Amino acid sequence: MKKFILALLAVFPMLAGAAGPSLDLDKAGNDLSDKESLKRGFESYLNYCLGCHQLQYQRYNRTFADLGISDEEGLEKWMPTGEKVGDHITNTMPAKDAAAWFGSTPPDLTLEARFRSPDYIYTYLRSFYVDEKRPFGVNNKVFKDVGMPHVLQDLQGVRTMDEHGELSEATGGTMTAEEYDAFVRDLTNFLEYTAEPNKLERQNMGYWVIGFLFIFLIFAYLLKKEYWRDVH
Amino acid sequence: MNSFMAWIEQRLPFMDAMNKHALQYPAPKNFNFWYVFGILASVVLVNQIVTGIWLTMNYEPSGDGAFASVEYIMRDVDYGWLLRYMHSTGASAFFIVVYLHMFRGVIYGSYQKPRELLWIFGMLIYLVLMAEAFMGYLLPWGNMSYWGAQVIISLFGAIPVIGEELTIWIKGDYVISGATLNRFFALHVVALPLVLVVLVFLHILALHEVGSNNPDGTNIKKPKGSVKPEDLSKFEFHEQYTKKYDIVDAIPFHPYYTVKDLVAVVIFLILFSWVMFFAPEGGGYFLEAPNFTPANGLKTPEHIAPVWYFGPFYTVLRVIPEKLIGMVAMFAAIGMLFALPWFDRGIVRSFRYRSKIHLFNLTQFAICFIALGVLGTMPASDLANLAGRIATFGYFGFFVALWIYSKDEKTKPVPERVTG
Repeated sequence: MKKFILALLAVFPMLAGAAGPSLDLDKAGNDLSDKESLKRGFESYLNYCLGCHQLQYQRYNRTFADLGISDEEGLEKWMPTGEKVGDHITNTMPAKDAAAWFGSTPPDLTLEARFRSPDYIYTYLRSFYVDEKRPFGVNNKVFKDVGMPHVLQDLQGVRTMDEHGELSEATGGTMTAEEYDAFVRDLTNFLEYTAEPNKLERQNMGYWVIGFLFIFLIFAYLLKKEYWRDVH
Repeated sequence: MNSFMAWIEQRLPFMDAMNKHALQYPAPKNFNFWYVFGILASVVLVNQIVTGIWLTMNYEPSGDGAFASVEYIMRDVDYGWLLRYMHSTGASAFFIVVYLHMFRGVIYGSYQKPRELLWIFGMLIYLVLMAEAFMGYLLPWGNMSYWGAQVIISLFGAIPVIGEELTIWIKGDYVISGATLNRFFALHVVALPLVLVVLVFLHILALHEVGSNNPDGTNIKKPKGSVKPEDLSKFEFHEQYTKKYDIVDAIPFHPYYTVKDLVAVVIFLILFSWVMFFAPEGGGYFLEAPNFTPANGLKTPEHIAPVWYFGPFYTVLRVIPEKLIGMVAMFAAIGMLFALPWFDRGIVRSFRYRSKIHLFNLTQFAICFIALGVLGTMPASDLANLAGRIATFGYFGFFVALWIYSKDEKTKPVPERVTG
């Protein structure tokens, strides 16, 4: 029995290493309970991302409700193009044309934070650099030869890669490095939210359920002890 | 009320059955930690069936709609996310408790005479459970669902002559498609659960016919008249058992084991809830990351791995260079378990009273099985293949060695009565 447990312990580090080649990702440090951050991320998403990347499983009104925006305000401020408030957050870019323009259709990003990870998104959006060999003149350190142009270049500015593979400081953007990091963090936060809108509710419910079970455990144990007095 | 119950009882002996199988069923009094996993498996089975029914109400079994309908369940159905996580966490929990339940049987010799058929029913449950899990895993129609199924179904292509035709017959198409999804859905929600429930029923009936083994591997049913009256169990048991045997060291299943199992169930639910509410992806092993993108026949995930519970057998398949031999070895690995009662020629059941070599053999078997499972989730490499071959050797070696040494094994004397 002891050997069995020792063997189990021995394989756990192996399990941890089994997740595949890990990239050097920066910690996003986003906070799902920060509604202002989610709102800023939502706005940035509509302005910079939605043109190409849909959120086809996420509805506008659900987003409004979770972010503390009323439907009226939402319709007026965030949905200028005349969709219904219960619609999914989609765009009208034809998939076939998009594939021709970018090399592949820009993926839906509703679940991107679960498919990759929030840290991946945070790092990816900050890792574009100038590469004249690519069609849009940029490449990405996290996603080599990515088809996507650096949409946020005006904000971040341009970075170059030296011969050791290190990226330079960004120059020529309208934001400072700290401002840009905060901007991307909000966007990451929003995408972690869309990937699982119930995440906070789930964790909150977990505390109650497990709390109840612990109290129930005490009574179940006492009941067992009482009955088993006959046996011993 | 009493006359109503009597009216029922004359037509369907309900109370008699309750007495026979619970209130007056003699269970050994020395069950330990290892004996809770059968009950836990039943709890998970009920969970899977109930949550499955509700998931079916909102799931759409079609190539175009399946992935989106799962996200619909996660977002728009009231507590749909909870149902889905209960079901997905339940699938992995099922295999955890079933593996522990099987290991219990192995270390205490619960498969030995007269419990061979009980063991066979258990193994059939395990086999059907694997088929059930495999088909269920395709249903979310994620990219890992798709490619996992692709890998497993293509195995059948290695069978000579009929292989290619067979894979097309299984898929119902030239590639995995909506047709495959639909038939897997039908099997997953109707056919296999029916078979599973019938097998579980037979497993329990067979158990109650021969009686439970215990950690000492002793017999609690002694020949009639061989036990002094003061040594008899002080509890009342059903006459089906007392007519033929003198019963020692036993207690009625209800209430003693129902209250004890209740404690185990609550502890299990705490662990289960902890995973379900705080880590439903199970570290990427219960819900795999590539499954958060829809099935795409043109885009292979970086590293295709079957779900963790198939890991041991997948490794056996993978470390053997020739595909057909690998497949035969994989099925043989499961077949060996079926034949375990006949590989073991010993008469002492529990490892407590068996030889050092048996203890060593059990330990190496457990380590090899876990190693095979871990390797099954990892990308192939030279080192992993070497380790996989060693573990495969250890796995099959367990049965062969058991067959050899169990004939004239040096065992310790088994006590007449249970010790715990």
